[in-house]
Amino acid sequence: MAKEEKILLEIKNLRKYFPVKGIKGPGVQAVQDVSFFIHKGETLGLVGESGCGKTTLGRTILRLYEPTGGSIIYDGTPIYENPLGPEGTPLGKAKSVNMLPYRRKMQIIFQDPSASLDPRMTVGEIIGEAIDIHKLAASKADRADRIKELLKKVGLNTEHANRYPHEFSGGQQQRVGIARALAVKPEFIVCDEPISALDVSIQSQVVNMLEDMQHELGLTYLFIAHDLSVVRHISNRIGVMYLGSLVELGESYELNRHPIHPYTQTLLSAVPVPDPKLSRTRQRIVLEGDIPSPMNPPSGCRFHTRCPYATEKCKMETPVFKEHEPGHWAACHLLDK
Amino acid sequence: MSEQNTEKKLLEVKDLRVSFFTPAGEVKAVGGISYDLNYGEVMGVVGESGSGKSQEAYSIMGLLQSPGKVIGGSITFEGQDVLAFSKEEMTSFRGSKVAMIFQNPMTCLNPVYTIGNQLVEALRAHDKTISKADAEKRAMEMMEMVGINNVEKRMKQYPHEFSGGMRQRVMIAMGLICHPQLLIADEPTTALDVTIQAQILELMKEIQKKTKMGIIFITHNLGVVADICDKVSVMYAGKIVEQGPVDDIFYEPAHPYTMGLLRSMPRVDAESYERLIPIEGTPVDMLNPPEGCPFAPRCEKCMKICLKKMPPYVEVGPNHRSACWLRVQEQMNKEEN
Repeated sequence: MAKEEKILLEIKNLRKYFPVKGIKGPGVQAVQDVSFFIHKGETLGLVGESGCGKTTLGRTILRLYEPTGGSIIYDGTPIYENPLGPEGTPLGKAKSVNMLPYRRKMQIIFQDPSASLDPRMTVGEIIGEAIDIHKLAASKADRADRIKELLKKVGLNTEHANRYPHEFSGGQQQRVGIARALAVKPEFIVCDEPISALDVSIQSQVVNMLEDMQHELGLTYLFIAHDLSVVRHISNRIGVMYLGSLVELGESYELNRHPIHPYTQTLLSAVPVPDPKLSRTRQRIVLEGDIPSPMNPPSGCRFHTRCPYATEKCKMETPVFKEHEPGHWAACHLLDK
Repeated sequence: MSEQNTEKKLLEVKDLRVSFFTPAGEVKAVGGISYDLNYGEVMGVVGESGSGKSQEAYSIMGLLQSPGKVIGGSITFEGQDVLAFSKEEMTSFRGSKVAMIFQNPMTCLNPVYTIGNQLVEALRAHDKTISKADAEKRAMEMMEMVGINNVEKRMKQYPHEFSGGMRQRVMIAMGLICHPQLLIADEPTTALDVTIQAQILELMKEIQKKTKMGIIFITHNLGVVADICDKVSVMYAGKIVEQGPVDDIFYEPAHPYTMGLLRSMPRVDAESYERLIPIEGTPVDMLNPPEGCPFAPRCEKCMKICLKKMPPYVEVGPNHRSACWLRVQEQMNKEEN
């Protein structure tokens, strides 16, 4: 890698628990001590089954949910810091910053485009609101120009500014959601399942558009999805989550060719391939059972209840997330030799 | 039916037309589709939302919701005319001869009755002579068959105590409890995670091998189609645009829509980055469908005639037909030479 790679966002031992009323203990352990970094201009994909905490992680990074512990460092500045002590409990009070200037830099695109747009605002108002909050337009005319420019950028007509969200199809609504996120000229965007609510023939249109935006504007993405083939297509690196923990992280094609964590191996083999001959010959690892409750996660390695290779050690000790090959991280006892 | 062989016709649908008479006008949800299904065959129906794939299935079950109506064509099941059934005949046909499983298993199970109660009810509704104890025994056998452990305890539990994958297993058990000859599965795995989807697909394949029933598998996921189906019908705007054996559809697609769908998906086995080629444009507005071929406005190979007349079906291979003017042209050229 000749190009100098600057780390834009780094999280260390980030943790998010949701307390549950009437139940003692930490509550739902949605994100459990996740650490990674994202380079500037890179796309990091995040995959995992529903309930594994990938959306919670995305929102916690933006501090839409207040973290329970750990730290978030954006462009060298800690925007949240609450290091964990040796006991695993956060030490003292969290240090955090005013998020408003960071909201301009960090944006999010949501999964359900119709639910994330206010039905009583026109598309122009939705996009304009972001511009107003951050006082990015010098005059009314400037504001109108920016809205038009954004609509054109995402492939909509400028007349669409006066319409309401319900007048658009799902794919177009998602384009509005993307325009809204781009309105403040962000550097970093969390894409939270941006295409799963769309029709197959529309998905690739939106994927291509996100790629074009990235090249044109130098954006950095955290791309959350459960569709592995799309994630692998769009991401430089992929992180795999299971029950709140990051189990493997690696360069996307490397991870696909050579997954080292048993969970990643099963996940990859479970994805149906659109190729009848290949799918007839392919060996599929079918996992027994269901994903355990994050309120009462298994001890040790959280995957041990479903892992075909689990040993006694896996039940007792939590494996450490470490680099096994250059750029390829995983948390599994089987890899420690 | 002692000597069922797999070459025998189970279901024959001819020129089926379904319309919805809405205040805004007639919506031709299904515009004249025909297909056959043999015993032991799995047919995939692919198409985007609104392409009529579910409505077609509902009309076989007699479950069309008002203002939907079958306005033409015929459905023949084991030689009987389904559309001519009286209400009572339909009730006994539904469930005992043909069963359906739906996308969202939670909304299909009654939350206030136990699983066992609902399974027994399904059985006793069709077999009035069976004793309660026998019915319970059968229900437990079915639950075991779909891979639910701890059956006796599970029978007494309520739907909310089951996970999504387990609920879908219950739905399958309920559908199969009267030994139907035809199972209609309407996106049965869409709401499930990939690892659970893999479990359900394996289960359906296994049961299908055992019982030799016919399955209509409605989905928009081409990977699932490649995995489980013998033949495929590709629907677009209420019409079957291409129909054929699964290998032909994937390796020698004959309709531009099928080709577009296949091209727009990232492949799981891709070794390096390839940009996606989307199908441009948006799905058809079914209230004002275009004249001629419904796909013409989005088709890159669109010709003048495509905008005027719906193309007839052309046999492009054994049991493989496609409705596209390009294929008509090819055939005419072949005949001239």
